[in-house]
Amino acid sequence: MVAFTLPQNSKIQQGKVHAMPAGSNIRSFKIYRWNPDDGKNPQVDTYHVNMDECGPMVLDALIKIKNEQDATLTFRRSCREGICGSCAMNIDGTNTLACLKSCDEVKGAVRIYPLPHLPVVKDLVPDLTRFYAQHRSIEPWLKTTTPTPQAEWKQSVEERALLDGLYECILCACCSTSCPSYWWNGDRYLGPAVLLQAYRWLIDSRDEATGERLDNLEDPFRLYRCHTIMNCAKACPKGLSPAKAIAEIKMMMVERRG
Amino acid sequence: MSMKTELGKVRGLGSAHDGTEHFRMQRLTAVSNFPLAIYLVYFIVAHVGHSRQAVLTSAKNPFCAIALSLAVISTFWHMKLGIQMVIEDYVHGTAKKLMALLLNTFFAFALAALALFAILKMNFGV
Repeated sequence: MVAFTLPQNSKIQQGKVHAMPAGSNIRSFKIYRWNPDDGKNPQVDTYHVNMDECGPMVLDALIKIKNEQDATLTFRRSCREGICGSCAMNIDGTNTLACLKSCDEVKGAVRIYPLPHLPVVKDLVPDLTRFYAQHRSIEPWLKTTTPTPQAEWKQSVEERALLDGLYECILCACCSTSCPSYWWNGDRYLGPAVLLQAYRWLIDSRDEATGERLDNLEDPFRLYRCHTIMNCAKACPKGLSPAKAIAEIKMMMVERRG
Repeated sequence: MSMKTELGKVRGLGSAHDGTEHFRMQRLTAVSNFPLAIYLVYFIVAHVGHSRQAVLTSAKNPFCAIALSLAVISTFWHMKLGIQMVIEDYVHGTAKKLMALLLNTFFAFALAALALFAILKMNFGV
């Protein structure tokens, strides 16, 4: 059955409160900490940052904390401008990218947790192995039988426009890990991010494997665990709608039945 | 502990090539439930306070009998599909899940049979 409470060794405890820096514009950050090597339960540590000396985004504050207060704080980050998807985490109760979330959008202490319902590697770093395997399973590349043309596969302006709202996905996993269906059945349900990617290849005018792709998706768990809860569209930091893409896939399934 | 690769686990037993019919029927019965459920409620409300004989007379009308039968079939079918979805979402473990799905099917058919029998009895019984 579905587990509604955390197992004993995952229950979150009160952690350390770090020293208050000088300054008048101080914000508190309550951050989930878990170390696989010390055998302790996860805990929430409190840090204080002088915002007059810090950039506006949550990622700026995390980097400042790591540089100046606690080098053991672990998180992923790379581009710091919403393109790489590395810094996806749960901030103030919503999955988003730390680099795109302004501290000003949060009232009170900024609560930061790893993406929900994934195994944690350390602190804010979740294990995305299965998520990537699911993406691999939909074969996210152009599949054709027609001999490859000399120059390029051509696409009309209208055909190209169909990919808008899909190609922008950076696979940060904010949507999939916000989806209750993915929480309960993530081992079999592909989740919103992967289904959006699947749709991106289904409607690519150059692809010749549409039927085969639909065959692979037509499954009560892989596709039909989506109950249009819409958390995915709400969470997406890029403003995309995986829910709409999934609805389009379901329409294609009905359409091909005649 | 399993040494199986993540891709192997994700591919699992492969696609069931199923689910679209469930999805389609759930929407179809939702649409048919709309007028039929309204009629069912209307039928009940219209007979509040009336005698058993008056209800029997109305139920013997072919339109009423057919509409009530369709309402029973449509709503119980929709219920069966909906509960099946809830079971698939929340009940994990093959044996437990299969048992719950079996009970759900039996339960829906039993209730539908009971309701249809009542309509038949009102029409043809004594």
